Amino acid sequence: MAVKVKLPTQLRAVAGGEGEIQVEGETVGAVLDALYAAHGELRDRIADDDGSLRRFVNVYVNGDDIRFGDGLKTPVAAGAEVQILPAVAGG
Amino acid sequence: MAATALKCRECTTEYALEARYVCEKCFGPLEVAYSEPDVHDVAELRRKIQGGPQNIWRYADFLPLESGQPGSASRNSTAGGLPAGCTPLIRADRLAERLGLREVWVKNDAANPTHSFKDRVVSVASARAKELGFTTLACASTGNLANAVAAQAAALGLPSYVFIPSDLEEQKILATGVYGTNVVAIRGNYDDVNRLCVELSGEREGWAFVNVNMRPYYAEGSKTLAYEIAEQLGWSAPDRVVAPIASGSLFVKIDKGFAEWRELGLITGDRPVFNGAQAVGCNPVAHAFELGRDFCQPVKPDTIAKSLAIGNPADGPYALDVARATSGSIEQVTDEEIRQGIRLLAETTGVFTETAGGTTTATLAKLAAQGAIDPDERVVLVITGDGLKTLDAVRDSFAVHTIEPTYEAFQAEFAQDADGTDRPRRTATSAGAAV
Repeated sequence: MAVKVKLPTQLRAVAGGEGEIQVEGETVGAVLDALYAAHGELRDRIADDDGSLRRFVNVYVNGDDIRFGDGLKTPVAAGAEVQILPAVAGG
Repeated sequence: MAATALKCRECTTEYALEARYVCEKCFGPLEVAYSEPDVHDVAELRRKIQGGPQNIWRYADFLPLESGQPGSASRNSTAGGLPAGCTPLIRADRLAERLGLREVWVKNDAANPTHSFKDRVVSVASARAKELGFTTLACASTGNLANAVAAQAAALGLPSYVFIPSDLEEQKILATGVYGTNVVAIRGNYDDVNRLCVELSGEREGWAFVNVNMRPYYAEGSKTLAYEIAEQLGWSAPDRVVAPIASGSLFVKIDKGFAEWRELGLITGDRPVFNGAQAVGCNPVAHAFELGRDFCQPVKPDTIAKSLAIGNPADGPYALDVARATSGSIEQVTDEEIRQGIRLLAETTGVFTETAGGTTTATLAKLAAQGAIDPDERVVLVITGDGLKTLDAVRDSFAVHTIEPTYEAFQAEFAQDADGTDRPRRTATSAGAAV
């Protein structure tokens, strides 16, 4: 079941220049794992050694911050949009 | 002190002084790094600052611009945008007395061109944006920043786009649109606005989003609040600073401003204690402080303090560091306390602040009531915005005496005691609207 992942400009260089990538996965964690499988360097950029997201990375499913859901276990429906963005903006 | 690089606060990777805000290696925030200051004669440096323009460009040596202050400027005039800063520091003895304190000062940053501290950060960000060749200004705003960007863009002759939550106070929307900007009201809260602007900043290459891709420069503008306070207190740091927290950037940069000048020997005094002010309805940093955490769990804001309604604060972790390192705290107050805070400040100082200032004043009152402040301390209350922008917060909070235009009617309403004291004879009949 395909999910669209939108990457911020800061990550596109390690994802073959792509801003949008289609992957499979039923949770945010599974979607990210599929993303890392396609582009290995992405893991280092956005995840800590233990696999959790870095402190300044925000992930949204259809516009909702996954910290309002179930974190990496947040379910992702078919056709959903997962967006990765830097957290250090605004204010 | 010349800016040398953008440096990641987390992993220290350095980047050129471009329009970037996030470390490509670890996603940490970038901050402007400066060369070691080369100051031999502190008295001479103080004289140079004192002889500078009556706005933030008197501190241009400490700001990240390549060519110093923009435009030509003399001590009393400036050409190069809308000048910000040099706002009053008011000794607030009646407020202090009400709170059982001895020395309280109000830094009234509502006295800026668009009536909030945001003119400082926008001045720096827009000047740097011009140096970098940008031709459009933009921002994600809870209101005050939209005012400041729209006005500064008008002053500089640049087109602008301001993105705000659609439920913002009408006063802030009207006071923004008048400058001829493109007002984009987003159906969502500030964090939704911010998310869209982060995405847009990657797609619109010619746009300087002052608090996204220009954020390292923008944030440095808040240091000027500390510089001014120190200069106004006779080149010394106060004992304590009480300031509002939305993203946490202002709070962190005021601390940095004092630190830079203390290190240079420009000012006397220890590192001030920092107390942060949030609303109960948007308390991610105060909540993390209470729980002893070094990260903030985002919240969905629901408070009258809309200018502080950032549920996902970018500098939350650093604000927590500052509060803890200075033995300060981050407090939260209710909407009712915020309304009372607005009244308390207005009635004791003559300064009418918006809900953010009500939050900050209520926080000072709370700390004083708890006995958390030594009465001998010199305390500075940072008031960041103007009450005319959030009039609903004071609506129906007082009475208006509506009478016929006759002496008898006045006498009937306001009796005078035998000792000559004026006194309303009966309760006013019309509930006071502020307009």
